[in-house]
Amino acid sequence: MARTLMPTVSGPTGTLYRGREGMWSWVGHRITGVLIFIFLLVHVLDTALVVVSPEAYDAVISSYKNPIVGMGEAGLVAAVLFHAFNGIRVMLIDFWSKGPRYHRQLFWGVIAVWVLLFVPFMVRHLSIIFSPVHG
Amino acid sequence: MTAVQSTPGPSDAIDAPRSPYRRSKPTRTNFELYAWLFMRMSGVLLVVLVLGHLFINLMLGDGIHQVDFAFVAGKWASPFWKVWDLAMLWLAMLHGTNGVRTIINDYAERNGTRFWLKMGLYAAFTLTVVLGTLVIFTFDPCPIGADPALLPEFCPAR
Ligand code: HEM
Ligand code: HEM
Repeated sequence: MARTLMPTVSGPTGTLYRGREGMWSWVGHRITGVLIFIFLLVHVLDTALVVVSPEAYDAVISSYKNPIVGMGEAGLVAAVLFHAFNGIRVMLIDFWSKGPRYHRQLFWGVIAVWVLLFVPFMVRHLSIIFSPVHG
Repeated sequence: MTAVQSTPGPSDAIDAPRSPYRRSKPTRTNFELYAWLFMRMSGVLLVVLVLGHLFINLMLGDGIHQVDFAFVAGKWASPFWKVWDLAMLWLAMLHGTNGVRTIINDYAERNGTRFWLKMGLYAAFTLTVVLGTLVIFTFDPCPIGADPALLPEFCPAR
């Protein structure tokens, strides 16, 4: 039986992108990136109504002011927050000499920052979308 | 028991020892390197632009309930927010389009499929960036004939 001369790599020194935090953060980064991109295409279209007429813009925007669309906005913010801070993690892995060694800790740092920002956001946003619209 | 091994001839299967390492056939430009760098540089700017946009429009004032024509007119009365939105539009669209281009290259295996998906992507990019840019430059905060109640306070019709 021929033995390979390559050292066998297993355990905690494996690759950055196969399995566990390294892979799941990449999957999450991809999905959120595409989601935000699709949102942006629609967002520029509805914002363009401001040059059609104030009536047209306000009619469409007020149809968004309900809890269901409000939860969609929360989902978008959740996606943007993850993508932004995981993007910073990717840059740290690429440019900071100790980045690759701590990529797993950096991932949990991203989750911690995400929770720290998203929870207060939700407290405020939920109180807005479940209160009556005036004006 | 070892099988008889034939020495590889001068075929292209195995490179001569010490020949330079190439992943694939060389390309003429460093486009992918610059695209990679752009994703990172635009990412840094987008953190400020997009998170700032979300904070101002969803958290300050009445949050999402404050958003209407008069709110947009109030913001775009200042060149600061026009430049902000213009930069956000261009950077987010270039960044997002390049990201989706990578994803298409990864998953669409047939040449024809890949080509047409990217053509659709570039069409969406062009339409969106042109429309968004025109909107910022042609925006009129006090259009004549509009319901005065919907206009911002600084309009003479109010
Ligand atoms: C639910 C969340 C969002 C709300 C309520 C919102 C609201 C608005 C409003 C009211 C405007 C008009 C001008 C201004 O306020 O500056 C606008 C413009 C714009 N927004 Fe957002 N936005 C949201 C999320 C986003 C995200 C995540 C992005 C980036 C990916 C984005 C990118 C833009 C751009 C590029 C413009 C300028 C559009 C143009 O050139 O016509 N927005 N947004
Ligand atoms: C908020 C600040 C943002 C940061 C810090 C950021 C950072 C990054 C980075 C560093 C990458 C490259 C990942 C890699 O090469 O492995 C990336 C990819 C990507 N980004 Fe962003 N980004 C941001 C906003 C956005 C926005 C607004 C969009 C959509 C319009 C977007 C869509 C994408 C897509 C589709 C990819 C490709 C994902 C992949 O290839 O798996 N990003 N982002």
